[in-house]
Amino acid sequence: MTTVDYVLRLGDDALVTAQRFGAWYAAGPEMEEDVALANIALDQLGAARLLLTYAGELEGAGRDEDALAYTRDAAAFRNCRLVEQPEPDFGVVIAKLLLLSAFQLPLYDALAGAGDERLAAIAGKARKESAYHLDHSTLWTLRLGDGTDESHQRMQAAIDGLWPYTPGLFAGEGGPVAFADLRAPWSSTVEDVLGRATLTVPATVAEPTGERKHLVELLAEMQELHRAHPGARW
Amino acid sequence: MTAREAVATVVDPELRVVTIAELGILRDVETDDSGHVTVTITPTYTGCPAMEVIRADIGAALRAAGHADHDVRTVFAPAWSTDWISPDGRAKLAAAGIAPPAPTRAAGPTAPAPPVALTIAVRCTHCGSPETEQLSRFGSTACKALWRCRACGEPFDAMKAY
Repeated sequence: MTTVDYVLRLGDDALVTAQRFGAWYAAGPEMEEDVALANIALDQLGAARLLLTYAGELEGAGRDEDALAYTRDAAAFRNCRLVEQPEPDFGVVIAKLLLLSAFQLPLYDALAGAGDERLAAIAGKARKESAYHLDHSTLWTLRLGDGTDESHQRMQAAIDGLWPYTPGLFAGEGGPVAFADLRAPWSSTVEDVLGRATLTVPATVAEPTGERKHLVELLAEMQELHRAHPGARW
Repeated sequence: MTAREAVATVVDPELRVVTIAELGILRDVETDDSGHVTVTITPTYTGCPAMEVIRADIGAALRAAGHADHDVRTVFAPAWSTDWISPDGRAKLAAAGIAPPAPTRAAGPTAPAPPVALTIAVRCTHCGSPETEQLSRFGSTACKALWRCRACGEPFDAMKAY
Protein backbone atom coordinates (compact mmCIF):
# COMPACT_ATOMS: atom_id res chain seq x y z
CA MET A 1 0.00 0.00 0.00
CA THR A 2 1.41 3.37 -1.04
CA THR A 3 0.79 6.12 1.49
CA VAL A 4 1.09 9.89 1.11
CA ASP A 5 3.94 9.90 3.65
CA TYR A 6 5.87 7.26 1.68
CA VAL A 7 5.73 9.27 -1.55
CA LEU A 8 6.48 12.52 0.32
CA ARG A 9 9.60 10.89 1.78
CA LEU A 10 10.88 10.07 -1.73
CA GLY A 11 9.86 13.45 -3.14
CA ASP A 12 11.29 15.46 -0.23
CA ASP A 13 14.62 13.57 -0.35
CA ALA A 14 14.88 14.53 -4.03
CA LEU A 15 13.69 18.13 -3.56
CA VAL A 16 16.02 18.96 -0.66
CA THR A 17 18.94 17.36 -2.53
CA ALA A 18 18.15 19.43 -5.62
CA GLN A 19 18.13 22.60 -3.54
CA ARG A 20 21.46 21.76 -1.85
CA PHE A 21 23.27 20.73 -5.07
CA GLY A 22 21.83 23.63 -7.05
CA ALA A 23 23.64 25.95 -4.63
CA TRP A 24 26.98 24.57 -5.94
CA TYR A 25 26.44 26.06 -9.36
CA ALA A 26 29.46 28.37 -9.98
CA ALA A 27 31.00 27.21 -6.68
CA GLY A 28 32.46 23.83 -7.72
CA PRO A 29 36.21 23.12 -7.93
CA GLU A 30 36.11 23.25 -11.73
CA MET A 31 33.63 24.34 -14.38
CA GLU A 32 32.81 20.78 -15.43
CA GLU A 33 31.77 20.03 -11.86
CA ASP A 34 29.46 23.06 -11.76
CA VAL A 35 27.73 21.62 -14.81
CA ALA A 36 27.68 18.12 -13.33
CA LEU A 37 26.13 19.19 -10.01
CA ALA A 38 23.58 21.39 -11.79
CA ASN A 39 22.62 18.41 -13.97
CA ILE A 40 22.33 16.12 -10.96
CA ALA A 41 20.23 18.75 -9.16
CA LEU A 42 17.99 18.92 -12.23
CA ASP A 43 17.54 15.13 -12.25
CA GLN A 44 16.57 15.23 -8.57
CA LEU A 45 14.20 18.14 -9.17
CA GLY A 46 12.57 16.28 -12.06
CA ALA A 47 11.91 13.26 -9.86
CA ALA A 48 10.75 15.52 -6.99
CA ARG A 49 8.14 17.23 -9.21
CA LEU A 50 6.63 13.92 -10.33
CA LEU A 51 6.66 12.47 -6.82
CA LEU A 52 5.15 15.54 -5.13
CA THR A 53 2.45 15.74 -7.81
CA TYR A 54 1.59 12.09 -7.08
CA ALA A 55 1.67 12.68 -3.30
CA GLY A 56 -0.76 15.59 -3.73
CA GLU A 57 -3.15 13.40 -5.72
CA LEU A 58 -2.98 10.60 -3.14
CA GLU A 59 -3.68 13.11 -0.38
CA GLY A 60 -6.74 14.37 -2.26
CA ALA A 61 -6.75 17.80 -0.60
CA GLY A 62 -6.09 19.74 -3.80
CA ARG A 63 -2.39 20.42 -3.14
CA ASP A 64 -0.17 20.40 -6.24
CA GLU A 65 3.64 20.10 -6.46
CA ASP A 66 4.13 23.81 -5.79
CA ALA A 67 1.81 23.86 -2.77
CA LEU A 68 3.71 20.91 -1.28
CA ALA A 69 7.17 22.31 -2.06
CA TYR A 70 6.55 25.92 -1.10
CA THR A 71 3.90 26.07 1.60
CA ARG A 72 4.80 23.29 4.03
CA ASP A 73 7.04 24.12 6.97
CA ALA A 74 9.98 21.99 8.15
CA ALA A 75 7.88 19.87 10.51
CA ALA A 76 5.83 18.61 7.55
CA PHE A 77 8.84 17.58 5.45
CA ARG A 78 9.45 13.82 5.36
CA ASN A 79 12.99 13.74 3.93
CA CYS A 80 15.78 11.91 5.75
CA ARG A 81 18.19 14.13 7.68
CA LEU A 82 21.15 13.11 5.53
CA VAL A 83 20.06 15.21 2.53
CA GLU A 84 19.53 18.44 4.50
CA GLN A 85 23.03 18.45 6.05
CA PRO A 86 25.10 21.47 4.96
CA GLU A 87 28.01 21.02 2.56
CA PRO A 88 30.96 23.11 3.75
CA ASP A 89 33.25 21.63 1.10
CA PHE A 90 33.15 19.64 -2.14
CA GLY A 91 34.12 16.42 -0.37
CA VAL A 92 30.87 16.55 1.60
CA VAL A 93 28.88 16.96 -1.64
CA ILE A 94 30.54 13.86 -3.10
CA ALA A 95 30.13 11.87 0.14
CA LYS A 96 26.44 12.80 0.30
CA LEU A 97 25.87 11.88 -3.34
CA LEU A 98 27.56 8.52 -2.81
CA LEU A 99 25.55 7.68 0.33
CA LEU A 100 22.29 8.86 -1.27
CA SER A 101 22.66 7.35 -4.75
CA ALA A 102 23.72 3.98 -3.28
CA PHE A 103 20.26 4.07 -1.62
CA GLN A 104 18.20 5.62 -4.43
CA LEU A 105 19.46 3.20 -7.10
CA PRO A 106 18.28 -0.07 -5.47
CA LEU A 107 15.14 1.76 -4.27
CA TYR A 108 14.14 2.89 -7.76
CA ASP A 109 15.20 -0.45 -9.23
CA ALA A 110 12.84 -2.25 -6.85
CA LEU A 111 10.01 0.27 -7.27
CA ALA A 112 10.23 -0.03 -11.07
CA GLY A 113 9.11 -3.64 -10.69
CA ALA A 114 6.78 -3.27 -7.69
CA GLY A 115 3.00 -3.06 -7.61
CA ASP A 116 2.35 0.70 -7.80
CA GLU A 117 2.20 1.57 -11.52
CA ARG A 118 2.64 5.30 -11.05
CA LEU A 119 5.73 4.88 -8.86
CA ALA A 120 7.02 2.21 -11.24
CA ALA A 121 6.92 4.63 -14.19
CA ILE A 122 8.70 7.40 -12.24
CA ALA A 123 11.28 4.97 -10.82
CA GLY A 124 11.84 3.45 -14.28
CA LYS A 125 13.23 6.80 -15.41
CA ALA A 126 14.91 7.86 -12.17
CA ARG A 127 16.88 4.58 -11.84
CA LYS A 128 18.96 5.40 -14.91
CA GLU A 129 19.75 8.85 -13.55
CA SER A 130 20.66 7.40 -10.13
CA ALA A 131 23.02 4.91 -11.79
CA TYR A 132 24.83 7.84 -13.38
CA HIS A 133 24.95 9.71 -10.04
CA LEU A 134 26.43 6.65 -8.34
CA ASP A 135 29.07 6.31 -11.07
CA HIS A 136 29.98 9.97 -10.77
CA SER A 137 30.24 10.00 -6.96
CA THR A 138 32.20 6.73 -7.03
CA LEU A 139 34.80 8.15 -9.43
CA TRP A 140 35.27 11.26 -7.28
CA THR A 141 35.38 9.27 -4.02
CA LEU A 142 38.17 7.11 -5.47
CA ARG A 143 40.02 10.14 -6.79
CA LEU A 144 39.81 12.11 -3.53
CA GLY A 145 40.07 9.20 -1.07
CA ASP A 146 43.04 7.64 -2.85
CA GLY A 147 44.54 11.02 -3.77
CA THR A 148 46.78 13.32 -1.73
CA ASP A 149 47.04 13.30 2.06
CA GLU A 150 44.91 16.43 2.15
CA SER A 151 42.16 15.07 -0.13
CA HIS A 152 42.15 11.72 1.72
CA GLN A 153 41.79 13.43 5.06
CA ARG A 154 38.97 15.70 3.86
CA MET A 155 37.10 12.86 2.15
CA GLN A 156 37.32 10.77 5.32
CA ALA A 157 36.10 13.75 7.39
CA ALA A 158 33.17 14.15 4.97
CA ILE A 159 32.16 10.49 5.30
CA ASP A 160 32.61 10.61 9.11
CA GLY A 161 30.49 13.76 9.36
CA LEU A 162 27.57 12.38 7.35
CA TRP A 163 27.69 8.79 8.61
CA PRO A 164 25.57 9.41 11.77
CA TYR A 165 22.70 10.45 9.47
CA THR A 166 22.70 7.27 7.35
CA PRO A 167 20.34 5.21 9.59
CA GLY A 168 17.58 7.65 8.60
CA LEU A 169 17.76 6.39 5.01
CA PHE A 170 16.25 3.09 6.15
CA ALA A 171 13.70 4.45 8.64
CA GLY A 172 10.00 4.50 7.84
CA GLU A 173 7.34 1.87 7.41
CA GLY A 174 5.11 0.69 4.59
CA GLY A 175 5.17 1.33 0.87
CA PRO A 176 5.65 -1.07 -2.05
CA VAL A 177 9.39 -1.36 -1.21
CA ALA A 178 10.45 -1.37 2.47
CA PHE A 179 13.32 1.05 3.10
CA ALA A 180 14.81 -1.39 5.64
CA ASP A 181 15.31 -3.98 2.86
CA LEU A 182 17.70 -1.62 1.07
CA ARG A 183 20.25 -1.61 3.87
CA ALA A 184 22.09 -4.73 2.67
CA PRO A 185 22.61 -3.63 -0.97
CA TRP A 186 23.46 -0.10 0.24
CA SER A 187 26.10 -1.35 2.71
CA SER A 188 27.64 -3.59 0.10
CA THR A 189 27.96 -0.74 -2.46
CA VAL A 190 29.22 1.87 0.00
CA GLU A 191 31.71 -0.42 1.76
CA ASP A 192 33.13 -1.53 -1.59
CA VAL A 193 33.66 2.05 -2.80
CA LEU A 194 35.11 3.28 0.51
CA GLY A 195 37.46 0.30 0.64
CA ARG A 196 38.77 0.92 -2.88
CA ALA A 197 39.16 4.61 -2.00
CA THR A 198 41.37 3.63 1.01
CA LEU A 199 38.76 5.16 3.34
CA THR A 200 37.54 3.71 6.62
CA VAL A 201 33.91 2.71 7.12
CA PRO A 202 32.86 4.51 10.33
CA ALA A 203 31.10 2.74 13.18
CA THR A 204 27.32 3.12 13.12
CA VAL A 205 25.93 5.32 15.89
CA ALA A 206 22.42 6.42 16.81
CA GLU A 207 21.16 9.17 14.52
CA PRO A 208 21.11 12.66 16.10
CA THR A 209 17.62 13.92 16.86
CA GLY A 210 16.21 17.29 17.82
CA GLU A 211 15.70 20.57 16.08
CA ARG A 212 16.25 20.62 12.29
CA LYS A 213 17.75 24.07 11.93
CA HIS A 214 19.52 23.27 8.66
CA LEU A 215 16.23 22.26 7.06
CA VAL A 216 14.49 25.35 8.45
CA GLU A 217 17.19 27.58 6.93
CA LEU A 218 17.12 25.75 3.60
CA LEU A 219 13.34 26.07 3.34
CA ALA A 220 13.41 29.74 4.33
CA GLU A 221 15.57 30.41 1.30
CA MET A 222 13.79 28.02 -1.08
CA GLN A 223 10.29 29.25 -0.17
CA GLU A 224 11.01 32.96 0.17
CA LEU A 225 9.81 34.02 -3.26
CA HIS A 226 6.65 31.93 -3.19
CA ARG A 227 5.73 33.13 0.29
CA ALA A 228 6.28 36.78 -0.70
CA HIS A 229 4.33 36.33 -3.94
CA PRO A 230 1.88 33.43 -3.43
CA GLY A 231 1.10 31.61 -6.67
CA ALA A 232 4.00 33.23 -8.57
CA ARG A 233 4.77 31.36 -11.81
CA TRP A 234 7.40 31.63 -14.53
CA MET B 1 -1.74 19.03 -43.10
CA THR B 2 -2.69 16.19 -40.76
CA ALA B 3 -2.18 16.62 -37.05
CA ARG B 4 0.56 13.98 -37.11
CA GLU B 5 2.40 15.75 -39.93
CA ALA B 6 2.14 19.08 -38.08
CA VAL B 7 3.48 17.68 -34.81
CA ALA B 8 6.25 15.74 -36.57
CA THR B 9 7.77 19.06 -37.78
CA VAL B 10 8.40 20.32 -34.22
CA VAL B 11 12.14 20.46 -33.53
CA ASP B 12 13.76 19.80 -30.19
CA PRO B 13 14.45 23.23 -28.61
CA GLU B 14 17.90 22.20 -27.33
CA LEU B 15 19.01 19.98 -30.24
CA ARG B 16 17.51 22.04 -33.02
CA VAL B 17 18.69 19.75 -35.84
CA VAL B 18 16.34 16.90 -34.94
CA THR B 19 12.56 16.73 -34.67
CA ILE B 20 10.80 15.37 -31.60
CA ALA B 21 9.72 12.41 -33.77
CA GLU B 22 13.33 11.61 -34.73
CA LEU B 23 14.43 11.97 -31.12
CA GLY B 24 11.79 9.43 -30.11
CA ILE B 25 10.03 11.61 -27.56
CA LEU B 26 6.84 11.85 -29.66
CA ARG B 27 4.94 8.69 -28.76
CA ASP B 28 1.52 9.13 -30.37
CA VAL B 29 -0.81 11.54 -32.20
CA GLU B 30 -4.48 10.53 -32.22
CA THR B 31 -7.47 12.36 -33.68
CA ASP B 32 -10.91 11.28 -32.47
CA ASP B 33 -14.24 11.52 -34.36
CA SER B 34 -14.89 15.04 -33.07
CA GLY B 35 -11.51 16.23 -34.42
CA HIS B 36 -9.91 16.49 -30.97
CA VAL B 37 -6.18 15.77 -31.18
CA THR B 38 -4.33 14.03 -28.34
CA VAL B 39 -0.55 14.17 -28.52
CA THR B 40 1.50 11.90 -26.26
CA ILE B 41 5.12 12.74 -25.47
CA THR B 42 7.72 11.39 -23.05
CA PRO B 43 10.70 13.24 -21.54
CA THR B 44 14.33 12.24 -22.14
CA TYR B 45 15.37 13.04 -18.55
CA THR B 46 12.82 13.62 -15.77
CA GLY B 47 14.05 17.15 -15.13
CA CYS B 48 14.46 18.14 -18.79
CA PRO B 49 13.61 21.87 -18.84
CA ALA B 50 12.81 21.72 -22.57
CA MET B 51 9.51 19.89 -21.98
CA GLU B 52 7.54 23.11 -21.35
CA VAL B 53 8.83 24.61 -24.60
CA ILE B 54 8.12 21.39 -26.52
CA ARG B 55 4.53 21.40 -25.25
CA ALA B 56 4.11 25.03 -26.34
CA ASP B 57 5.69 24.35 -29.75
CA ILE B 58 3.37 21.38 -30.35
CA GLY B 59 0.38 23.61 -29.53
CA ALA B 60 1.60 26.31 -31.93
CA ALA B 61 2.21 23.77 -34.74
CA LEU B 62 -1.27 22.27 -34.31
CA ARG B 63 -3.00 25.67 -34.23
CA ALA B 64 -1.11 26.76 -37.39
CA ALA B 65 -2.33 23.59 -39.13
CA GLY B 66 -5.94 24.23 -38.08
CA HIS B 67 -6.13 21.78 -35.15
CA ALA B 68 -6.99 24.19 -32.33
CA ASP B 69 -8.78 21.52 -30.27
CA HIS B 70 -5.98 19.48 -28.75
CA ASP B 71 -4.19 18.43 -25.60
CA VAL B 72 -0.68 17.20 -24.88
CA ARG B 73 -0.17 14.31 -22.47
CA THR B 74 3.13 13.25 -20.90
CA VAL B 75 3.84 9.58 -20.20
CA PHE B 76 6.87 8.03 -18.47
CA ALA B 77 6.57 4.36 -19.37
CA PRO B 78 8.06 2.78 -21.31
CA ALA B 79 10.98 5.01 -20.31
CA TRP B 80 12.79 6.83 -23.10
CA SER B 81 16.28 5.68 -23.92
CA THR B 82 18.70 6.76 -26.63
CA ASP B 83 17.63 3.64 -28.55
CA TRP B 84 14.45 5.55 -29.44
CA ILE B 85 16.45 7.95 -31.64
CA SER B 86 15.78 7.07 -35.30
CA PRO B 87 18.56 6.36 -37.84
CA ASP B 88 17.73 9.72 -39.49
CA GLY B 89 17.98 11.43 -36.12
CA ARG B 90 21.40 9.87 -35.46
CA ALA B 91 22.66 10.99 -38.88
CA LYS B 92 21.45 14.56 -38.29
CA LEU B 93 23.03 14.73 -34.82
CA ALA B 94 26.36 13.53 -36.26
CA ALA B 95 26.15 16.06 -39.10
CA ALA B 96 25.61 18.82 -36.52
CA GLY B 97 28.74 17.80 -34.59
CA ILE B 98 27.02 15.85 -31.80
CA ALA B 99 28.29 12.28 -31.63
CA PRO B 100 25.22 10.02 -31.58
CA PRO B 101 24.98 7.44 -28.78
CA ALA B 102 25.87 3.83 -29.42
CA PRO B 103 22.82 1.54 -29.42
CA THR B 104 22.40 -0.30 -26.11
CA ARG B 105 19.71 -2.73 -27.32
CA ALA B 106 20.22 -4.32 -30.74
CA ALA B 107 16.63 -5.62 -30.80
CA GLY B 108 14.99 -2.18 -30.49
CA PRO B 109 14.13 0.33 -27.77
CA THR B 110 11.67 -1.81 -25.80
CA ALA B 111 13.84 -4.94 -25.71
CA PRO B 112 15.36 -5.80 -22.32
CA ALA B 113 18.70 -4.11 -21.64
CA PRO B 114 21.67 -6.42 -22.11
CA PRO B 115 23.22 -7.76 -18.88
CA VAL B 116 26.59 -6.16 -19.59
CA ALA B 117 26.80 -2.54 -20.74
CA LEU B 118 29.49 -2.17 -23.39
CA THR B 119 31.32 1.07 -24.01
CA ILE B 120 32.06 1.54 -27.68
CA ALA B 121 34.58 4.18 -28.77
CA VAL B 122 32.98 7.56 -29.51
CA ARG B 123 34.18 8.83 -32.89
CA CYS B 124 35.29 12.44 -33.26
CA THR B 125 32.61 14.40 -35.10
CA HIS B 126 35.28 16.55 -36.77
CA CYS B 127 37.82 14.04 -38.13
CA GLY B 128 36.19 10.66 -37.45
CA SER B 129 39.04 9.35 -35.30
CA PRO B 130 38.09 6.80 -32.60
CA GLU B 131 41.01 8.15 -30.48
CA THR B 132 38.83 10.28 -28.19
CA GLU B 133 38.53 10.90 -24.46
CA GLN B 134 35.77 12.06 -22.17
CA LEU B 135 36.47 15.50 -20.68
CA SER B 136 33.33 15.68 -18.56
CA ARG B 137 30.55 13.18 -17.88
CA PHE B 138 28.06 16.04 -18.01
CA GLY B 139 27.56 18.56 -20.82
CA SER B 140 25.60 21.62 -21.85
CA THR B 141 22.27 19.74 -21.66
CA ALA B 142 21.16 16.80 -19.51
CA CYS B 143 21.51 14.36 -22.42
CA LYS B 144 25.09 15.17 -23.46
CA ALA B 145 28.69 14.69 -22.25
CA LEU B 146 31.79 16.62 -23.30
CA TRP B 147 34.52 14.78 -25.25
CA ARG B 148 37.82 15.68 -26.92
CA CYS B 149 39.58 14.14 -29.90
CA ARG B 150 43.18 13.08 -29.26
CA ALA B 151 43.88 13.04 -33.02
CA CYS B 152 42.72 16.53 -34.03
CA GLY B 153 42.53 18.09 -30.56
CA GLU B 154 39.00 19.48 -31.00
CA PRO B 155 36.34 19.17 -28.29
CA PHE B 156 32.84 17.94 -29.20
CA ASP B 157 29.51 17.02 -27.61
CA ALA B 158 28.41 13.40 -27.45
CA MET B 159 24.97 12.17 -26.54
CA LYS B 160 25.18 9.87 -23.50
CA ALA B 161 24.06 6.30 -24.16
CA TYR B 162 21.12 6.19 -21.77
